[in-house]
Order: sequence, then C-alpha cells, then structure tokens
Amino acid sequence: MTQAGVPKTEVLRLESVRKTFGGQVVLRDVGLAVPEHSVTALIGASGSGKSTLMRCVNLLEGIDDGAIFLDGEEITDPRADEDAVRRRIGVVFQSYNLFPHMTVLENITLAPRRVHGVARAEAEARALELLDRLGLAAKAAEYPDRLSGGQQQRVAIVRALATGPRLLLLDEITAALDPVLVGEVLSVVRDLKEQGMTMVISTHEMGFAREVADQVCFLDGGVVLEQGPPEQVFGDPREERTRRFLSRVVASGRLQG
Amino acid sequence: MSPGVSGDVGGDVGGDLSPGRNGNVGGDLGRDMGGDVSGDVGPGATAAGAALLAKAPAGDDGYRPSERRLAHEAYRRARARRSALIATASTLATALALYLLIVNSPGWEVTRRTFFSLDYARQALPEVLKGLRLNLELMLGCGVLILVFGLLLAVLRTLRGPVFLPVRLLATAYVDFFLGLPMIICLLVMITGVPALRLTGVTTDPLLLGGVALVLTYSAYVSEVFRSGIESVHPSQRAAARSLGLTNAQAMRYVVLPQAVRRVVPPLLNNLVSLQKDTGLVSIGGAIDAVYAAKIIAARSFNFTPYLLAGLVFIVLTIPLTRFADWLTARMNRRQFQGGAV
Repeated sequence: MTQAGVPKTEVLRLESVRKTFGGQVVLRDVGLAVPEHSVTALIGASGSGKSTLMRCVNLLEGIDDGAIFLDGEEITDPRADEDAVRRRIGVVFQSYNLFPHMTVLENITLAPRRVHGVARAEAEARALELLDRLGLAAKAAEYPDRLSGGQQQRVAIVRALATGPRLLLLDEITAALDPVLVGEVLSVVRDLKEQGMTMVISTHEMGFAREVADQVCFLDGGVVLEQGPPEQVFGDPREERTRRFLSRVVASGRLQG
Repeated sequence: MSPGVSGDVGGDVGGDLSPGRNGNVGGDLGRDMGGDVSGDVGPGATAAGAALLAKAPAGDDGYRPSERRLAHEAYRRARARRSALIATASTLATALALYLLIVNSPGWEVTRRTFFSLDYARQALPEVLKGLRLNLELMLGCGVLILVFGLLLAVLRTLRGPVFLPVRLLATAYVDFFLGLPMIICLLVMITGVPALRLTGVTTDPLLLGGVALVLTYSAYVSEVFRSGIESVHPSQRAAARSLGLTNAQAMRYVVLPQAVRRVVPPLLNNLVSLQKDTGLVSIGGAIDAVYAAKIIAARSFNFTPYLLAGLVFIVLTIPLTRFADWLTARMNRRQFQGGAV
C-alpha cells in the first residue's frame, strides 16, 4: 500500500488503453498504475477484459490506442523491443501452458538458458531451489501431463519466476483448479507477496483478492469503474455496478459478505 | 451552420441536441467541446468525436484516435514503406545478378538455343498439353483412391484389442513392404508381371496397371501421414470422447480424425504434388504423358525446350495447389485459435 508522503516507484502504468476485436470494444479507456512491491487485483465479470488487459501488457496483443509503460518506458511504442519487454515480465496463464514435451525442469530452465544465457548447472540449481520452495522438488524429472492441476500451475509459476521478472502477471491462475488445489496455488502467491514481487492478478477469488491485494480494480464496460484499497472496494463500493457485481459474487458463495 | 455559431451558443446549451452541436458535426473537428456540452455521455463522446467515427476503425462510443495513436500509426506506415523498399531493392539486385551470371556464361548462346527456343516450345505445347491430360486424370483418379486406402490403413493400425491383431499385423506389413519398395520396381512388376500371368478378366492395360501401382505405393506413404496425424492428437481428447460414452470407433470418427486430418493437410498436399510428378512414370508402359510427349519431340529435334516446357507446366499446376492448402490452413487456424501479436 502506498503510504502518504512516501512515493513509490511505478512498475507498470496504463494510460487510456483501448483495445477492440473486430468491431467489438473490449477495453475502452483503461488507466492503471501499479507501484513496486504491490499486488493489484483485477476483478470483474467474465468477458470484462481482464485477460485481454493482461495479454496487452505482455504485448501478446497490440493495443489500438493509449500507452503502457514498464518502469517508465513506453512498451507499446512500435520502436520498443518486444522481446526485451517480455523478458522483464513473467506470465502465468489460466490453462498453465506448460510445454508437454519437456520435463518440469526443462520447462523451467528453457528461458534462463536460451534467453538469458545462464549456464545449465546454474539454471537447474536455481530451478530446483524454486521447486523445493514450492514443494515440487520430487517432480523435477516428470512430464507436465503426469502432474495434478495444482502441481502444473505451481510449475508454471516457477517457470515464470525463474527469469527473475520485474513484474508477474497471473491470469485467473486458479480458475481451472478445485478448492484444495486453489489453496496450494494461492499460498504460493502469498509467499511471493511477502518477498516483495510486484504482481497483477486477475481473479474470481474475491476472498483472496481482499486478503492479498493492495489495490483492487473493478473492470466493467471496458473501463476501470472503481479502484481502491480492498477494504473500500469490497466493504464500501462507491459504484452501483460494483455493488451489484459483488452481491452476485456473494450469492454464488465466493466471498463471505 | 458554421463552427463560429456553435462556439457562440455552446456555453448555454447543456446536453441537448443544440444547433451548436449540429453545426459542429463535420465542421471544426479539432475544437474541444467537452466544457460546453456538460450533460454529455462520458469522456470523449463529443460531437466532434462522433464525426470522426467514419475514420475510426471500430466502436460506437464516440472514440477519437489520440495524437499518440496517430504518431504510432504514422511510424508503422513509414516502417512498412521502408521494408517494402528494401525488399524490392534486394529482389531486383538478386535477379539482376542471376541474370548477368547466366547471360554472361560462355555457353549461354548454345544453351539458349537448345533449352529456350520459342519456336520449339510453340511446336511442343499442344503435344505436352495432350499428355498432361493423362497426368491429371491419373492424379485425380489415383489421388482419391490413395486417400481412402491410406486413411483406412492408418485407422486399421490404430485398432485396439486382441481380435484385431491379424488386421493390425497385415496393415503394418503392407505399409512396411510398400514404403520400402521402389516405385519404379512396383510399376515394372505391375505393368509387365501381371499381363504375363495371362489371367482371364484381368486387364493388361498399362495405364490401369500403372495406376494400381501408384495407388499401392502411395497408400503406404499416405497412411503413415494419417497415422502421424492421429497420434499427434492428445490422448486427453480420446479420453474426453470416451468419457462421454462414445465408442472407440465413434471417438475416432468424431473427435480424433477431424483433428488429425486438419493437421496433415499440408503434408498430404506434398504427397499429392509428388504423385502428380510420379504419374509420368506410367509412361514406361507406353502411355504418353506430358514428359513422354516432350521426350518424343526432343528426341526428334535434338532440342530440349519441350522438357523445359513440360517442367513449367507442372510447376504452374502445383503453385495454385500449395497456395490453396496454405489458405485452407490459415483459415482453420483463424477460426480455431485466438491469434494475437506473436
């Protein structure tokens, strides 16, 4: 959380981002600032553009208008080096997207070795250390398809972390998991927050967002309709639409009202 | 109604459709009216913005492109122009270098007369095209049979259960045999061996027998292509289908094969093009195809232009086929996947 009078470095900043698919406007005018060492939770109905926003930040989608800054540098400028930008951002996808033809260890060491030029021994030592911290050291030689969903997702997190990213994007990483597995993945995110990782999380787990986020953004109609500390957004939402969205979520049992 | 009028009344009109706003539509696009029309619906939804919609690519929300966007787009256009220029220049330079190299070679004059004689090309064209008809008929007829047999063989090899062991073995043995057997030997055996048996009711037509040989050999190739496609479909797909209650055969028919076939369209097309060229081998039995027709003329006149012509005709046939396959694959990908910038 940003204390008054102590300005924090901004890792990510979005200004008036607009994104359309065909004739459909997904993001109309999105502004967002993510300070260093903070966790930003994006909430909103399915189709409100959370995933699109994530993909735009990682330059997997081009934006129509506006600008995205990473550490003050405009990454949506056509002159920017996209590969260099992506090297500084870690992404975890909803459906894991592990490479099925590689072992867990190979999945994790691919980018450090091929992109960052880390020596094999060093990359593997670092990978094993991360795996160990997430309780997966025994699975290093397994292939992804032989792991449970929760294990696969944790491997995906390790893969994203292995390059020491400046910013971590977690796109509904628990959406495909059962409650028990959700717990094991979320505790990993909690640990990452402790260590000061800057993260943007899109999630349907409102309880978790409330607990772990420093700021919560409610995406609706292609804009950030409401934005603030979790106590305010969840406890005392200013916008009628936020209130309606949250009451629907409470009714579905994903947030204790 | 002039922009000047809109400026005068703008301060008074609130949010309703005033003469001032109407006047500004299509008028002074650069004028910021945000302060004047206070009751307007959201940021950017000014009358000027609406007027820009004709130019804006998408959206009905009164969006108007920002300076930044216009600058980025201008830069991208400039970059595209530069790339196009470089591509054109390098292509021209390469072509020129090749041309000079060939034209300045010591034997060019003789080569030109024996390979690039317009006169002989004109003479040979009708004969070559007549022969080409045979190639096309063989390709189409055999192509259909090959696809059917190839797919059948591939599916037979994926059958499970002990009952099907002999079927699997036979199919495997067939594929192993014909994959290894050189095409030309298979053709010779069919065209000369089968008539030698003097079986009643069995054709001795070299064209038909040659076609059979093509089908025998190519079915083995194509079945391997299909099989690799089938095996590339993730096992979870079969599991999902079986869990819905589909039988093994149904899972194959409705879930696995459609995905497998899509994946192997490009390699299958390779086989088709290769078949198109191999149809010429049937001429060893005496049938006159495009290449054989060229050969006859070349032998008569000691000029090789007809060969070159036959080659060109084959290339001209192949190009639309490969472009069609490219287009087909691209369309499938567009419909099935999300796409994106990478």
